[in-house]
Amino acid sequence: MAPEEEAAAEEARIEHAVENQDIAVSVRGLRNSFGDQLVHEGLDLDVRKGEILGVVGGSGTGKSVLMRAIIGLQTPDEGEIHVFGESMIGRLDDEALAIRKRWGVLFQGGALFSTLTVAENVEVPIREYYPNIGAQLRDEIAAYKIRMTGLPTEAGPKYPAELSGGMKKRAGLARALALDPDLLFLDEPTAGLDPIGAAAFDEQTRKLQETLGLTVFLITHDLDTLYSICDRVAVLADKKVIAVGTINELLALDHPWIQEYFNGPRGRAATAAVTREKAREQDRAAQTPPDGRR
Amino acid sequence: MNKAADLTEEMRDGGTVIRLSGSLAIACLRDLPNRLDAVQGPVSAIDLSDVDHMDTIGAWTVHRTAKRLGTEVTGARDETRRLIDAVGSLDEPVAIRPDHVPALTRVVGQIGEAVTAAGSTLFGLLGFFGATLVAAWSLIRHPSRFRVNAVVQRFEVVGVSALGIIGLMSFLIGIVIAQQGSVQLRQFGMEMLTINLVGRLTFRELGVLMTAIMVAGRSGSAFAAQLGTMKLTEEVDAMRTIGVSPMEALVLPRTLAVIVMMPLLGFYASVMSVIGGGFLCAIALDIPPVTFIQRLREVVPITDLWVGLIKAPVFGMIIAISGCFQGMQVKGSAEEVGLRTTAAVVQAIFLVIVIDAIFAVFFTWVGWN
Repeated sequence: MAPEEEAAAEEARIEHAVENQDIAVSVRGLRNSFGDQLVHEGLDLDVRKGEILGVVGGSGTGKSVLMRAIIGLQTPDEGEIHVFGESMIGRLDDEALAIRKRWGVLFQGGALFSTLTVAENVEVPIREYYPNIGAQLRDEIAAYKIRMTGLPTEAGPKYPAELSGGMKKRAGLARALALDPDLLFLDEPTAGLDPIGAAAFDEQTRKLQETLGLTVFLITHDLDTLYSICDRVAVLADKKVIAVGTINELLALDHPWIQEYFNGPRGRAATAAVTREKAREQDRAAQTPPDGRR
Repeated sequence: MNKAADLTEEMRDGGTVIRLSGSLAIACLRDLPNRLDAVQGPVSAIDLSDVDHMDTIGAWTVHRTAKRLGTEVTGARDETRRLIDAVGSLDEPVAIRPDHVPALTRVVGQIGEAVTAAGSTLFGLLGFFGATLVAAWSLIRHPSRFRVNAVVQRFEVVGVSALGIIGLMSFLIGIVIAQQGSVQLRQFGMEMLTINLVGRLTFRELGVLMTAIMVAGRSGSAFAAQLGTMKLTEEVDAMRTIGVSPMEALVLPRTLAVIVMMPLLGFYASVMSVIGGGFLCAIALDIPPVTFIQRLREVVPITDLWVGLIKAPVFGMIIAISGCFQGMQVKGSAEEVGLRTTAAVVQAIFLVIVIDAIFAVFFTWVGWN
């Protein structure tokens, strides 16, 4: 490459990064297929820094495939994926590795290593990426990560087979958070949990997101999760992201699937729950004297 | 992008102050934790005013140092302070691994566990055998429930598909026996006795035994893996709910298929071994095939064939029952399917050899030798 060209390319790259300073993940023109089956075509999506983006879509619309493409487990046929301003497709160099250290992933079933205890699971990424951290400190880090995700202290020395579904998810979350990532991918975190467990998990996600300033990419089917913690929602249908916005913005759109999704019986129930919760908060606020004494 | 973390110690107001600077994030920490560990008190404060970025791991490093030295943290910005407090509030001991057990206790415990496990497996296996018999009896009383298709399909999988590998194996074993036997017998000038050796050994023992080992490896393991996976995916439970007995639908067809196929495969294996032996005799010992067959008819009594054929279905039953039993014991994780499959094969081969020894004593006792 000639020096001018190189400089121009460098400039374009910087421009891209500067342009997208508020964007954590940007996907452009993504195309994924398995054999004859086309999953994505011309898919565009931006995840803003510091937001919880909910990703919804019917079964088989490729929500998980999209996540796998972003984290590099699936090489797309076409398209561009930038994470923190760096192009990620087919990259194995040090810069891409540095980006990889900045995200954590919670897979659907937790995907814990079954031969390791929960605490050892949390230690794996630290051991792998930062071998200079001493064993003592590593144990301590694993300990507070476990506590941070709301697991009881007894969970540390247990093996994944001894855990309930909800605890597995929390342990998986603790491992995803091991390296203090900036970006967190959650694949259906509340699927298979009871409503109380699911609500507690949502609450935990929100709390962690606020404390650690995380950007969260959250695949879900759970309308309560969407209403209670997501800043924006992206809707996958017809092989692309058909709309992104707050739930109110989405409701204003005249797309049959979106209307069906949010205005179906379950959607209305979730809306009602949120409205009730807001009303109760207002009541409490009204009952509390203005100077804040209780 | 971020500056590496660093620390300086300085004297201020009559006490040592640790000044941290740079980015206290995991990527920039480097050897800072070790250097902090090396600092000995008394330290009057840890100053964070030069720290520009911090993650929870940095916050934890600060927290543990402050705790160890019994000092306080100064100069932290609000968000940094919040992070340190948040992390500090989680400071509770968490065990990383299960408690370590002393070696002696562990060994004794493991021996005890192995003995009880062996006992309960044997007990369970007997129970399962009983349950299979009960299911078979109820099937005899209600023959309309018999699943012909399932059984015939198993015939193919267990029997026909195994013909190639068992034939080849037996042929080679026949060659090996004849070759090794002839070398020893030549010393007495009795090479002709090689035919006795090959004929009697294969029909009585080796044909059926090697077939049993091969079937245990091919089909016993497959049964354990199939039923184990079906248990995991709750297929077996679904069957029970619908009113289909898993014993009738899964265990009996497999058991029956192996019981029927074993004598056939065992006989086939014996014949292939004899062909292998005859082949070697013709090539290496210059015994023509016609002589070989004539001699075989003279020296191998018909009872040898019966011995083999009587043992075969019993071996088949052991293989099928242990495969199905281990498969039905699977619960919990996919890992267990692998463990149970291994257990099924080991158990089947072990039991087959034990029963074979008992048969040997029995047939000698009745005079079939």
